[in-house]
Amino acid sequence: MSVSDSDEELYNERTALVPAQNPAVPSYRPDPELSPTEDSDSKMPDPGAEPEDEEEEPLKYGAKHVIMLFVPVTLCMAVVVATIKSVSFYSEKTTQQIYTPFSEDTPDVGRRLLHSVLNTAIMISVIVVMTVLLVVLYKYRCYKFIHGWLILSSLMLLFWFSFMYLEVFRTYNVAVDYPTVAMVIWNFGAVGMLCIHWKGPLQLQQAYLIVISALMALVFIKYLPEWSTWVILGAISVYDLVAVLSPKGPLRMLVETAQERNEPIFPALIYSLNGGRAEPQSPRLRPVTEEELEEEGVKLGLGDFIFYSVLVGKAAATGGDWNTTLACFVAILIGLCLTLLLLAIFRKALPALPISIAFGLIFYFSTDFLVQPFMDNLANHQFYI
Amino acid sequence: MTAAVFFGCTFIAFGPAVSLFLFTIAREPLRVIFLIAGAFFWLVSLLMASLVWFISVQISNKESVSQQKGLLIFGVVLSVLLQETFPASASSHHTDSILLSGLGFGFMSGAFSVVNILADSVGPGTVGIHGDSQHYFLSSAFMTMAIILLHMFWGIIFFDGCEKQRWLAVAAVVASHLLVSCLTFQNPQYVSSLVPTYVVMFFMGVWAFYTAGGSLRNLKLCLTCKDKDFLLANHRPR
Repeated sequence: MSVSDSDEELYNERTALVPAQNPAVPSYRPDPELSPTEDSDSKMPDPGAEPEDEEEEPLKYGAKHVIMLFVPVTLCMAVVVATIKSVSFYSEKTTQQIYTPFSEDTPDVGRRLLHSVLNTAIMISVIVVMTVLLVVLYKYRCYKFIHGWLILSSLMLLFWFSFMYLEVFRTYNVAVDYPTVAMVIWNFGAVGMLCIHWKGPLQLQQAYLIVISALMALVFIKYLPEWSTWVILGAISVYDLVAVLSPKGPLRMLVETAQERNEPIFPALIYSLNGGRAEPQSPRLRPVTEEELEEEGVKLGLGDFIFYSVLVGKAAATGGDWNTTLACFVAILIGLCLTLLLLAIFRKALPALPISIAFGLIFYFSTDFLVQPFMDNLANHQFYI
Repeated sequence: MTAAVFFGCTFIAFGPAVSLFLFTIAREPLRVIFLIAGAFFWLVSLLMASLVWFISVQISNKESVSQQKGLLIFGVVLSVLLQETFPASASSHHTDSILLSGLGFGFMSGAFSVVNILADSVGPGTVGIHGDSQHYFLSSAFMTMAIILLHMFWGIIFFDGCEKQRWLAVAAVVASHLLVSCLTFQNPQYVSSLVPTYVVMFFMGVWAFYTAGGSLRNLKLCLTCKDKDFLLANHRPR
């Protein structure tokens, strides 16, 4: 890749750690000027097929990014589904929570629907208020406040929610003592805080982001009533669409303000594929190679991970049927693929929720009501299609 | 014992398909995307067939068992036909997509047929106490393996037939798909359904091999590690 000798001296344990601050690149935007070069370990090209290869290069480059997002999304969903299917704690009925005060225990369908819509209205207004607050704080440069808020929320995720996850011990009837639990949770949480807010190896950062998304999704699945979850998923996709695309949308203002100030958006909230490999702050010892530009790839917000996993996890929790779960999984991946395709066409920040969640919801309800009885009947007689 | 059944049946059903995936597809991101797109289109075709079946069941007489069975058979035939029209309408001429949409179809079809059965096989107890066949899990697994591989072969032959306007090949694919599905109507007489299915699979496999450009000479070169193109493509030093 780079040719300079002085590079070897710089590479030691300190530089091997990737800082959590992402480089000052506008997010969601692959660099339009770069010519997609293949990696150094690419196959030797077939001489007869070269003209075809040149057309396929952008396609392959885009496909690589799509797969690099498929893998963490799939991992997150797999963790959530595996937990839901094995640990009954997350599918158990729970007490009424403060964010969703309207109970769904009524037999009347209309009343239940009304209650879930009201619950959704409350949740969405809470989310809108928090988002607007975040944007206002960012605009008026209250960075310390924002950092404190993010640190508090990651503390809660890493310590409290992972302590809740230890219910898995109860499922498998494993006896563990409190000192061990304290040490495990302390280590897990402390390393997580370091990786997310300061520096850490890239893959460990990515693993922690996936884990906290999965934990958050599991908590949503446990504490949101059933019908409210579906309505909330629909409503939050609409909100995402509005917030990112409309000119006065809070998320759009956030992204634009960050771009104007040439600052990265909070690393604790975003999953990036190659965070921090090229550091514009350090003095340039060699010209930035094209491969380095290529490395700064697409970023996906953690909220997207969370809500994809909530959809698939809820599909797995209700009904106990694997066909529905599989159908939702494929639908979400195809939605993500389409979203990334649109991203490559429009080259600006796009909401990642609407298409995937729309496909996911359509496939959940249609598989649950239409396909499932058909497949059940076929399986009874062992007919194959 | 149930764990043994579960793992055994899973590996039988998905072994060849997953190894195909690992060796040929997992390295190329574009191929993975085509695979998932293939799975998605199969899902859509199944959805439409289920919709038609569901509506027909609602209209029909729910008490009559033979009528319900007849409707189910109609649903199967319709779904097979829909599955064959989907690749025809959604085809792209990228060489990879041919193999992959077939395999994607196969993966999804196999998964939908067998995943719930596998999940049940882990649970306490097993099948057969009321006189049903004890080979339910095993035969399902073998059937699934055959179906996945068949979908891949059908995909190759179908696309090649469409491209070269060989409608006989296309008709043969549709006919053999219908044949295999109708053979399963004879379950639980597994001999009469599984054996012909495997025969069909073998023939389709040979046909697909020749369609994709294979020959006995290529096969020999490949197996004795003398095929230069194959070696270069897979970085293996000669």
